[in-house]
Amino acid sequence: MANTKEVRKQIASIKSTQKITSAMEMVAASKMKKTQDTMLEGRPYSLKIKDVISHIALASSEYPHPFYEERTPKKACFIVVSSDKGLCGGLNINLFKQVIAKSAELNEQDIESCFALIGTKASAFFKSVGGEVLAVAEKLGDKPNPDDLIGLTKVVLDMHKNGDIDQAYLCSNGFVNTMTQQPNVEQLIPLAPEEHDESSLTQWDYIYEPEAKELLDGLLTRYIESLVYQAVIENNACEQAAKMIAMKNATDNAGDLIKELELLYNNVRQAAITQELSEIVGGASAV
Amino acid sequence: MSTIKINIVSSSEEIYTGEATMVYATGTLGELGIAPGHTPLLTGLAAGPVRVQNGSEEEAFFCSGGFLEVQPDLVTVLSDTAERADSLDEAEAIKAKETAEQELANKDATLDYAKASAQLAEAVARLKTIQKLRKKQ
Repeated sequence: MANTKEVRKQIASIKSTQKITSAMEMVAASKMKKTQDTMLEGRPYSLKIKDVISHIALASSEYPHPFYEERTPKKACFIVVSSDKGLCGGLNINLFKQVIAKSAELNEQDIESCFALIGTKASAFFKSVGGEVLAVAEKLGDKPNPDDLIGLTKVVLDMHKNGDIDQAYLCSNGFVNTMTQQPNVEQLIPLAPEEHDESSLTQWDYIYEPEAKELLDGLLTRYIESLVYQAVIENNACEQAAKMIAMKNATDNAGDLIKELELLYNNVRQAAITQELSEIVGGASAV
Repeated sequence: MSTIKINIVSSSEEIYTGEATMVYATGTLGELGIAPGHTPLLTGLAAGPVRVQNGSEEEAFFCSGGFLEVQPDLVTVLSDTAERADSLDEAEAIKAKETAEQELANKDATLDYAKASAQLAEAVARLKTIQKLRKKQ
């Protein structure tokens, strides 16, 4: 039977782990609020740029943009948004599973895959399993700057412009609520043309200053960038929510373990006392 | 007096939304003045002030570049958070590529599907076990 000292030591060690996990839970809870605010602050821009893009789709533009062009796909690029830190349950793993499934599906149709990775977890994962990686952006922090993603997006868009890739997918976690995060793989390029009814199809076009090509290039690039940025900040909110839940579970588990060990400790202590008593009684009757 | 709706947003926040009788902005080809009922226009913005006039009131915002869309009843300003230049974008792109090369030095360029699925399956199994253990208690 275990001795009391050992059990006491174990309880102390679990208690200190529990302190850490409960502190992490509280940190995640406060960060979650902030990341959710950031997510909401970013929304107006993505909504407005979406409005503008849908207006443009309605205008009978003189210049059809390559982002709308459906090519026979030979190669696809996955932009994978992951977290920089672990301890957030199955958040990243569930996303990678979807990415790998989609990539395997494309592989069967003879479409190659390549990857642009955001977050340390994604780069670590693809480092161990292989795969052609075009660009990496990591350690963006809790409040990522939209400018930190320009480089990565540009690499992908340039590849598309040169005809090296024909499709792009954006893979990230969508924030449903604190308890639920939904991994999504969405097609980014070619952009899905907006659905619109016949009545709105009047003949009009913008005045473009300067050239339509230059403007649309810039604007659609911003649009893609804004989608990627929105995915990153949403993923951040997901990370903190998942971390909070994971740490809460860990804290609860530690509590259960401590309870069990305390029961064991009391058993052991009582057994020792009983034994000692019976020894004394035995000794006294022998005298 | 007729007014036009104006929205000014940047990627990290909503800057201004309201009504205006006149909007002035610095386009890439020069100063613009937009009154209600303006014909549809799409233009790039140069760094400069965007002024929103509503009657006698006027508000000004600095915009470091971006885009301006005009519909007859609506003006949308999509402001960039920082000044953008092709050379800077190029530098950022090279940085992202270099990080990729450094991070993933000397590894296989073909994705090992079997290995990837195995690794993910293992991770999922581990998570499931933890959940099961927890339910038992």
